[in-house]
Amino acid sequence: MRIPHPDLGLRDIEEFTCLGDACLCERPQASADHRDFCDYLYLRDNPAGPHRELWFHEHGDQSWLIVTRDTCTHEILSVEYADMRPTEGGRP
Amino acid sequence: MTGFSAFRLLAEALRGNRGWTPHWRKAAPGSHYDVVIIGGGGHGLATAWHLARACRELRIAVLERNWIGLGNTGRNTTVIRANYLLPSNQRFYEYSLRKWESFEQDLNYNAMVSQRGVLNLWHSDGQRDAHIRRGNTIRLSGGDAELLDVAALRARYPFLDFDNARFPIKGGLWHGRGGTVRHDAVVWAYARAASDLGVDIVENCEVTGFEIEAGRCRAVQTTRGRVAAERTAICVAGSSGRLAAMAGLRLPIESHVLQAFVTEGLKPFIDDVIGFGAGHFYISQSDKGGLVFGGDLDGYNSYAQRGNLPMVRHVCAGAMALMPAIGRARLLRSWGGIMDMTMDGSPIIDRLPVEGMFLNGGWCYGGFKAIPGAGDCFARLIASGEPPPEIAAFRLDRFQRGRLIDEAGSGPRPNLH
Ligand SMILES: Cc1cc2nc3c(=O)[nH]c(=O)nc-3n(C[C@H](O)[C@H](O)[C@H](O)COP(=O)(O)OP(=O)(O)OC[C@H]3O[C@@H](n4cnc5c(N)ncnc54)[C@H](O)[C@@H]3O)c2cc1C
Repeated sequence: MRIPHPDLGLRDIEEFTCLGDACLCERPQASADHRDFCDYLYLRDNPAGPHRELWFHEHGDQSWLIVTRDTCTHEILSVEYADMRPTEGGRP
Repeated sequence: MTGFSAFRLLAEALRGNRGWTPHWRKAAPGSHYDVVIIGGGGHGLATAWHLARACRELRIAVLERNWIGLGNTGRNTTVIRANYLLPSNQRFYEYSLRKWESFEQDLNYNAMVSQRGVLNLWHSDGQRDAHIRRGNTIRLSGGDAELLDVAALRARYPFLDFDNARFPIKGGLWHGRGGTVRHDAVVWAYARAASDLGVDIVENCEVTGFEIEAGRCRAVQTTRGRVAAERTAICVAGSSGRLAAMAGLRLPIESHVLQAFVTEGLKPFIDDVIGFGAGHFYISQSDKGGLVFGGDLDGYNSYAQRGNLPMVRHVCAGAMALMPAIGRARLLRSWGGIMDMTMDGSPIIDRLPVEGMFLNGGWCYGGFKAIPGAGDCFARLIASGEPPPEIAAFRLDRFQRGRLIDEAGSGPRPNLH
């Protein structure tokens, strides 16, 4: 599998590590309920099909990417940079 | 069905083996059952057998989307063991290991249960301390563990690379009651015994949805029609997330692919199961002579049932670091299975928040060894509505309660457990 990096072109997956579902970017506000934090931390859609996920280009430019990939075929549907600006809830 | 015995084998041999009958009935789905079990792997079939044995009056069906045993139960590396660190895991796996010890008598079936022993190696002082602690915990809980020093290991395993520059072998933890079991035979044994007690085993019947009314599951929709059920039990390994989604639920689970490998047949030289401590690699030799081995997950969500090449290289590098002789063997096949990796690496056996629905899943790498124990406990849960003590820690709400069972200590990262 190779990931089409927005600036560096096709890169082998061995250069990356995968953190999982990109829903990790939507961290609840600090004031949110205990339940919301549990859901955020532990529950996943885990779809068979297109999946938005966070990949870290560890052995590359150290960027965080959001890769939309089909979990049944490994086809990569889109790649974009993850938004790393601070939010009220904080970053994963 | 007539039982297997030495006498029967002899009689059949003389009669040209014409008297054997199919192991299980090919059932068509009925319209209504007391219990519908989804998934005809080891867990689904073991649950059906235990339930049918305990509650003879129940009408039970196992619905399998494919042929039975083509999921992870027919794809795994067949290691059984009870050498866990955390008490709630160790208690359950010890319970399951005891059930393996009587499996062949209980089911009247030769599953080649072989308690050949499991060895876990260490390569550093820190690992030694961790293994001593683990060994002590196992012994305190009534299990078996023994520390072996390098001299003992050299005598038993002359082919290991003891003086490897990066990962020298410093000792090992021996678990003598662990071993391997013929995986397909486990499926066939449970199917035969369950079918004999009247369980309908329905193959090529995929569950595609649930009928949920007022918070209660009344029926399942399948590719072979609607099947009404008082109670519905999910045992679908890597597909737990998909089934949960059909019921409108999200689970603390990601589905990942794990690969396994087998070489050409070789003369016997590995007597037991050996685990490398410096990387994730373990190996045993099948009775046909093939070296059966495995390693890490590919590392990202997958429903593809096949793995990628970088992990093949990674696992083979582990093999070469442990036993360079393996480099001369030819790899025959590799394959993958989809596993439901939980957020703490431990299983989930519980009621679901929909009335009448139960889940047995989240088995990660280790659900084959759990089959006899979990089948029994899950059947008791379905029958009574309450989890028996052996599985009381494996509840779904443990994540909310902060009662995680994180054997690897790697936090909520399913791809690291
Ligand atoms: C490569 C590999 C190596 C492993 N090695 C070991 C090991 O050495 N020791 C160990 O203890 N464990 C091991 N495991 C884990 C072990 O194989 C599993 O945990 C265990 O087999 C799970 O059993 P099961 O009955 O839950 O699942 P399965 O055997 O996968 O059965 C689930 C069944 O559900 C069916 N199903 C799915 N969706 C539907 C649907 N919608 N409708 C109807 N049916 C459906 C599937 O077709 C499948 O047959 C390994 C796993 C893999 C992949």
